[in-house]
Amino acid sequence: MKRLLLLLLLTPVTFGQVSYDRLRHASAEPGNWLTYSGNYAGWRYAPLRQINTANVARLKPAWVYQIREPGKVETSPLVVDGVLYITEKAHVVTALDGRTGRPLWTYRRAPPANARGCCGTPNRGLAVLDDTLFLCTFDAHLVALDMHTGKPRWDVVVADANLGYTMTGAPLVVKDKVIVGIAGGEYGIRGFLDAYEAQTGARAWRFWTVPGPGEPGHETWAGESWRTGGAPTWLTGSYDPELNLLYWGTGNPAPDWNGDERAGDNLFSECLLALDTDTGKLRWHFQFTPHDVYDWDANQVPALIDGIVNGRRRKLVATANRNGFYYVLDRVTGEFLRGTPFIKQTWTDGLDERGRPRRRVDAEPTPAGTLVYPGLGGGTNWYSPAYSPLTKLFYVLARENHPQVFYKVATPYHAGELFEGGGARDLAGNEPYGAVKALDATTGKQRWEFKLHAPAMAGLLATAGGLVFGGSVEGYFYALDAATGRVLWRFQTGAQIVANPVSFVVRGRQYVAITAGLALFVFAVD
Amino acid sequence: MKVLVVFGLFVLVALGHTGRAAGRLVPGYARPPACGPGAGRHSAGGFSFGLNFSYATPAGWRPCVPRDGARLYQIHCAACHGPRGEGAQGPTLAAPTLPRASTEELLLKIIKDGLPGTEMPGSRLDETEIKQLGVFVLALGKLPIEPVSGDAQRGAQLYFGKGACAQCHALKGRGGAFGPDLTGIGLQRGAAHLRQSLLEPAADVPKSFAQYRPGTSVPENFVQVRLVTRAGHRISGVRVNEDTFSIQVRTLDGRVHSFFKEELKELHKDWGKSAMLSYRGVFSATELEDVVAFLVSLRGER
Repeated sequence: MKRLLLLLLLTPVTFGQVSYDRLRHASAEPGNWLTYSGNYAGWRYAPLRQINTANVARLKPAWVYQIREPGKVETSPLVVDGVLYITEKAHVVTALDGRTGRPLWTYRRAPPANARGCCGTPNRGLAVLDDTLFLCTFDAHLVALDMHTGKPRWDVVVADANLGYTMTGAPLVVKDKVIVGIAGGEYGIRGFLDAYEAQTGARAWRFWTVPGPGEPGHETWAGESWRTGGAPTWLTGSYDPELNLLYWGTGNPAPDWNGDERAGDNLFSECLLALDTDTGKLRWHFQFTPHDVYDWDANQVPALIDGIVNGRRRKLVATANRNGFYYVLDRVTGEFLRGTPFIKQTWTDGLDERGRPRRRVDAEPTPAGTLVYPGLGGGTNWYSPAYSPLTKLFYVLARENHPQVFYKVATPYHAGELFEGGGARDLAGNEPYGAVKALDATTGKQRWEFKLHAPAMAGLLATAGGLVFGGSVEGYFYALDAATGRVLWRFQTGAQIVANPVSFVVRGRQYVAITAGLALFVFAVD
Repeated sequence: MKVLVVFGLFVLVALGHTGRAAGRLVPGYARPPACGPGAGRHSAGGFSFGLNFSYATPAGWRPCVPRDGARLYQIHCAACHGPRGEGAQGPTLAAPTLPRASTEELLLKIIKDGLPGTEMPGSRLDETEIKQLGVFVLALGKLPIEPVSGDAQRGAQLYFGKGACAQCHALKGRGGAFGPDLTGIGLQRGAAHLRQSLLEPAADVPKSFAQYRPGTSVPENFVQVRLVTRAGHRISGVRVNEDTFSIQVRTLDGRVHSFFKEELKELHKDWGKSAMLSYRGVFSATELEDVVAFLVSLRGER
């Protein structure tokens, strides 16, 4: 009886309720995975050490959940008090018992008939606040679900899917708001970032990533090109509670490979935006690829880290960009501090002192085609990087030796149709490969790399057990020594891995999870 | 009806610098101008966009471009399937048959609706455009029948007899697996290329395997591999599959050898080489032409 009382006292009064306070201090409860990246700083880091360099060789599947919907599964599970919440598809959500893998409920919505996307119909996961889950659907709705039953509470239209708007990312809950981005950069949408009231679904603010007439930045678009300017916000950003700033990346200007009709820098495409969380007002922006003509979206999850740069301790934001450079900015002011290539690139002669690329004129796409490193897939892509506060290393999955021939064609705009203006083709005589790279987080200097036979599309997870987990398109889930890059464990899942790993604890046992093909694999040490 | 005719004329004028645009004016097909003045003032696929329309669709600034199959392909397909259908992010379309679109009807349906569960999206093109696109895609990677001087029947005898080609190559599921399947080779390679390959097998071996898209599937992939195991065994053959941690190699006797890379001391890939021996001096000039004639006649499904 006494023991029971003690247990009750130890049980948090918030059980089954994920308050903003819990989200803000997510690292204080390492057994849960409460936001897309595990914490607001965008680290994809598990402060867990039960699985570590000494025992990871004994990692074994604990359970597997077979997803019932066809397609690419990119979901990153949320884990709340022993329950996993996954998106099997953007219209199917399932809650799974974390110990056994048995489903607790499934929410199913009619699959959208009108939505079109460039790259499949993936969904990368959910957000949670109190007892509500938030889902972005492929046809650009935001849906609130009861976390305990999966019953819908409200469903609002974020954008018109008939115009090419889609949603594939996980929302980010901050305070009482749900922040959501949209996709559609290949369809000539006009991008924005939205905030909705978690209680009601009412829109709190919208920040247009392509400014309209009279707004700052509008002058960076020739003629009427801003109307179809793209600049989508399709991945999940990061948040600094102390500064009350959201950090969110934007994607390509449209059309992707033909910039003829959109002369100018095309703000705020290919930017990192720092927005006031309460109002959506822009505090600062940094543009990585002005007037992009390569489709090098800057949507990658930014990592908020503190470190010493030029002898001074600063609040930093770090990101490995698709354009091939690793950037370190001051996250208070947006000041450019460092930018170094982490893969081979041939489109610039480096960056100037303000971080602006010194463009090579002969690197522009032409009708016949221009060979450029990196290719369309970029130096990295949507799959998450990881940061470990123990090693102070930024881990990124890089795509190496994959130049492509970029070409442009004249493409008329038709509402809701592809609006890309060209493409990129592979080069004969060349085999690209993948590499997990460990970069010194403040300098970008490479500490080690682990080569993969084929370029991969899986995110990384760093843990306090001294490990970095990653996946490959060949089907391997593997663990590397976070300090050296040496491979310590591998498992062939039998299907390509295009997802981000997470880690969590149920009843004192640590698990590592990732989806591969149409299955969620969950591993533990015996 | 009158409105339709007037409207049709407007389309003709709006698109009209080339005669090709007229082909769009099929009965009952009256679509607002896709480009030029007034472009975007109407929906593209029968949807009503309401107020959203004002910001999303610019008016009067897009150049007019005729939308024939080739151009539609460049706009809608090339970014993933390659400008010539050679494949990139999406599978190659320059192939004798498309596994998921074995008939024209299926192909048109896929262009319209996409393939659920894949990255292939549907489109909002109208029926005429989808048809034009389909015709263009079906023609990709298919060579027309070429007049050749040789006798295909004698060539077949040489293929199975003196040439012993079936030892390494398969036709309709029969034959070796050391070299590529030749069931549809006549659709893919012309007489000159085949003649050269018979005389100088390494002359045009793919310099890369860009279409070799490593995954858990088996790639079409014949790169020459030489390896030495930790125990000192030497093996050479063709690569069947490879990943970060392992490689599978087929030797001439048809056996597949599988290794984890930590079991190997050396691993060499001989890009640009071919395991095939030259038929120079084996076939006479006439026989060579007969074999070429047989090969170009192979237009079957793979």
